[in-house]
Amino acid sequence: MISVKNLTKRYGPVLAVSDISFEVQAGQIVGFLGPNGAGKSTTIRILTCYQPATSGQATIAGYDVFTQSVQVRRQIGYLPESAPLYPEMRVREYLHFRGKLHGLDRAARDAAIARVTDRCWLGEFINRPIGQLSKGMRQRVGLADAMLHNPKVLILDEPTIGLDPTQIQEQRKLITELGKSHTILFSSHTLSEVERLCSHVIVIASGRILASGTPEKLRQSVSAGSRLIAEMKGPAEEIRRGVSAIAGVKKVDLDGRDGWQRLSIEAGDGQDVREPIFALSAARGWTMREMRREVASLEDFFVKITAEQRAQSGKR
Amino acid sequence: MRNAVAIMQRELIAYFFSPIAYVVLVLFLGLCGYLFTEFVFKPGGEASLRGLLDGWTMPIMLLFFLSLLGMRLLSEEFRNGTMETLLTAPVTEVEIVLGKFLGVGAFYLAMLAGTLAYAVLVAVFGDLDVMLLACHYLALILLGGLYLSVGLFFSAWTRNQLVAGLLAIVFLLVFSVLSQLVANQFEGWVRAVFQHLSIVTHYSEMIRGRLALDHVLYFVTTTAFFLFAATKVLESRRWR
Repeated sequence: MISVKNLTKRYGPVLAVSDISFEVQAGQIVGFLGPNGAGKSTTIRILTCYQPATSGQATIAGYDVFTQSVQVRRQIGYLPESAPLYPEMRVREYLHFRGKLHGLDRAARDAAIARVTDRCWLGEFINRPIGQLSKGMRQRVGLADAMLHNPKVLILDEPTIGLDPTQIQEQRKLITELGKSHTILFSSHTLSEVERLCSHVIVIASGRILASGTPEKLRQSVSAGSRLIAEMKGPAEEIRRGVSAIAGVKKVDLDGRDGWQRLSIEAGDGQDVREPIFALSAARGWTMREMRREVASLEDFFVKITAEQRAQSGKR
Repeated sequence: MRNAVAIMQRELIAYFFSPIAYVVLVLFLGLCGYLFTEFVFKPGGEASLRGLLDGWTMPIMLLFFLSLLGMRLLSEEFRNGTMETLLTAPVTEVEIVLGKFLGVGAFYLAMLAGTLAYAVLVAVFGDLDVMLLACHYLALILLGGLYLSVGLFFSAWTRNQLVAGLLAIVFLLVFSVLSQLVANQFEGWVRAVFQHLSIVTHYSEMIRGRLALDHVLYFVTTTAFFLFAATKVLESRRWR
């Protein structure tokens, strides 16, 4: 549905987006993940025909964003980062205005506004002036506007930024819901959000794509050497010696507290050492009250990958 | 074209909430009322609005007022970020510029409509020349259209309203007052050229009741040129 090939954008000497390529299939929810200033908004603005690319190609639903701009803009619903609106208009007036720009006639507009009002919970403030709305409400109005003409593709730039926790949850629920009927590309710098919502993640930093794939796949690439956390009661040194002796254990850290020893165990790739550890504690009579595998989060991945990136650029 | 109408309607709504629009409206009508009682509404005076419209006062007054109205047209959209939602909707730059121009133009017509009260007063107490009155209002509409198109053009350049307004005012002063002053210093063809360049020359001729095609063409073509240029400036954002 969205296809990006070797896209590059320069602002004078500054390289904002550097030779990125990716594909978004129809029906996918794709998260565009990266720290601030990574080039997310720039890429999105190129896709929505607001800015041209310096080089490279991008198509949405088969239309080129540069040469078939109007067709592309008919296919997309776009929520810009700050959800810009006209403060002097009422919500309903604004949605009517936007509906007209999308060529909807009166009846179609009324139907569309009723639909988005319902989906974005605009009911209570549909007749309020936009200038009086809170940030969260404005985001919802912006989202309602993006959905108004029922576009095939929704492009949302930081749709949960500036919202309070309840609103973030509602917004996420809405995005998941919308994902059933639309192709969605959204950007975020919150990892847990992307992890929860997306079927596919693209990680971008300093204008480059660092990784892409399903959240599980990305997580696996970090969790290769996943850790085991265990807590048992017994003499610290003996535990250390005993556990270290188990085949497959690479490293053991101990942290004693109130007579309990908290072990953090690193095992070799693909080695499951849980059973021998249990056997050991049972044989020695060390009471065990916890044992779990610590699954690496995308957070770890993100930190790791941006650190690598920084180290690389430092070398150059 | 339907999009241009939608943008025009939105623009008109915006004027109801714009303090600048109210200030301009009140000052304009107030000053017109003063000028009318001072120069027109007198026993034995000419039964037309010429005393109100002739000379430098009206063109200069409108120059400032309409630059104030025109400066926000596109700058404000850039500053609010709403230009992003506008340009990512299936709307062409021509429709945006046209819609904005028609919107502010409609507001200007409403301003002018307020001055019709003076024409009515003249008609009640004297024998008003209706054809001359029509010519006067045509001159005012053409002059205002040109001023607004220049304001719109400069407002396409910058997100800062004040900069846009100042540029428009300076530019218009050069092409009304300065070119007239320069023309007065010369004789022969140089004088003719600078006089022809001056906006006020063409306006004054029409106020005197000379409805010649070249004056109308002067206003129509320059207005069209600035609207076209504003469109191109706006379009250039998609290429830069």
